[in-house]
Amino acid sequence: MRTVFKRTPTLKDVPTHYCPGCGHGIAHRLIAEIIDELGIRGRTIGIAPVGCAVLAYDYLDVDMVEVAHGRAPAVATGMKRTNPDMIIFSYQGDGDLASIGTAEIVHAAHRAEQITVIFINNAVYGMTGGQMAPTTVLNQVTSTTPRGRQALVQGYPMQISEMLAVLPGAVYIERCSLSGTSQIMNAKRAVKHAFQLQLDGAPGLSLVEILSPCPTYWRMTPVKAMEWIEKEMTQVFPLGKLKG
Amino acid sequence: MSERILMCGNEALAEAAIIAGLDAYFGYPITPQNEIPTYMSQRMPEEGRIFVQSESELAAINMVFGASATGKRAMTSSSSPGISLMQEGLSYLAAAELPAVVVNIMRGGPGLGNIAPSQSDYFQATKGGGHGDYRNIVLAPASVQEMADLTQLAFDLADQYQMTVMILADGFLGQMMEPVLIEKKVSRKLPSKDWALTGSNDRSQRIVRSLWLKEGVLEALNNKLQAKYKIVEQNEVLYEQYETQDADIIVVAYGIAARIVRSAVDKARQVGIKAGWIRPITLWPFPTEIISKTADEMPIFLVIELSCGQMVEDVKLSVAGKAPVIFYGRSGGGVPTVEEILEQIMQLTTSAMRSNR
Repeated sequence: MRTVFKRTPTLKDVPTHYCPGCGHGIAHRLIAEIIDELGIRGRTIGIAPVGCAVLAYDYLDVDMVEVAHGRAPAVATGMKRTNPDMIIFSYQGDGDLASIGTAEIVHAAHRAEQITVIFINNAVYGMTGGQMAPTTVLNQVTSTTPRGRQALVQGYPMQISEMLAVLPGAVYIERCSLSGTSQIMNAKRAVKHAFQLQLDGAPGLSLVEILSPCPTYWRMTPVKAMEWIEKEMTQVFPLGKLKG
Repeated sequence: MSERILMCGNEALAEAAIIAGLDAYFGYPITPQNEIPTYMSQRMPEEGRIFVQSESELAAINMVFGASATGKRAMTSSSSPGISLMQEGLSYLAAAELPAVVVNIMRGGPGLGNIAPSQSDYFQATKGGGHGDYRNIVLAPASVQEMADLTQLAFDLADQYQMTVMILADGFLGQMMEPVLIEKKVSRKLPSKDWALTGSNDRSQRIVRSLWLKEGVLEALNNKLQAKYKIVEQNEVLYEQYETQDADIIVVAYGIAARIVRSAVDKARQVGIKAGWIRPITLWPFPTEIISKTADEMPIFLVIELSCGQMVEDVKLSVAGKAPVIFYGRSGGGVPTVEEILEQIMQLTTSAMRSNR
């Protein structure tokens, strides 16, 4: 019988701790497939964030480090500068990258660090119980915005990819989504490009923002969550290439 | 450098780090340690090595974390307020058992304080500073020569024990110039870095981490750390002592304070007072044993610090009530003179004679 599909070797054959309908599993698989397609497993170091994906090393079979909340781009800087031939990627959520780690991501881009950043935006803090994130959209109910996010009380949702795109040290910024098959395939293309740029020695940082479902803390079914990305999230976070 | 040259402490420390095989320096400007990054920004690229000026001390210590996780020798330097910002990283380094060298050229605190020399970060350096049950090795140089020598030692200790080694000096030691000979020391026999992230090409995956959720795992890790710290306490204590055999009074001081104490003790001897001194070189592990042993003879212990009294607590713990422990210190940039310390020595010894000690 002809094999038409199999699990890519860099994705470990284990069940994940993620909730049903969560996007992290899809994003992990895309990264694992890309690492195998590019043949870079032996020269890749991944950086796990603080957040739901803190245990990413349990699923991705590459050398990995788990770092303090938001500091991944600084750790990546220390790694890449001293190991220019290694492929360094960080995997960060919206609390990690767009809140507590804002300084680190902005300055890593500002210094034109030749690293790849996978930024998972699901508009909430998942690991700690669904609190408001910088990327929570207006009127979205979270455990710390019980009346919905109000611009003049909790601020506007933060479009960090647009912010980073204005920095000369960011060579490639694209926003994708996991809301459907074609979107997932498109996200894979973007993530692969971000890795390829680092392999090619592109002179700066590449980042792919991925809008990802969190049915548990959006209080929706997985199907509704996918629809919510398309109907609501993409209004605030339009898909497409922002730079490069 | 095979001859003695005149150098400031900060530059001597920086050159010694380069000679010790430093692969990468990361740091953020703060007075009074700016000579270190300035020197590194020139010399590290000359050597084909890495210098990065970070956006913050938080970033600097995490850059050290990243470089160290790949097995490279990495360091950062700062001064008191900046070291406070690094405490998060120091806790993670300890948990992940990564080697690192961190230099604190102390200035006056609390808060922004001032830029004058101080020794008021002793608690922070020796008792943790960050969260969790961990230790850092703390080395306290007292001369420009020791700024260089202890820095070389720091890299070996860090690699041997997979720990952070902090050089705890002050604005005086950083800024003052003395003749110094910087030569490559013979390195210790060090364990191979079989934990370093170098790419899992022909081996299984390596993970550097500090999260252990499963019941009992973190406690076991903490016990392992404590066992390691015990070995450090047994093997790595460094101190210097002078005229302690017959002493009626022993002055305990470290770093720049010990330099002043040395002169005061000599003057006390000249006027017939049986005075001596002990200078801890490792502040952690603290030289408890020598102080405890000396306390059996029941001298008076006088502790001198450029602080409101921090190391004095460790001296008291070591003396364990066997002899009186008196503190004299100046803080916020105040520095005791030789005469001030001599006066303390004379007062204490005459009042002790009056009470027939």
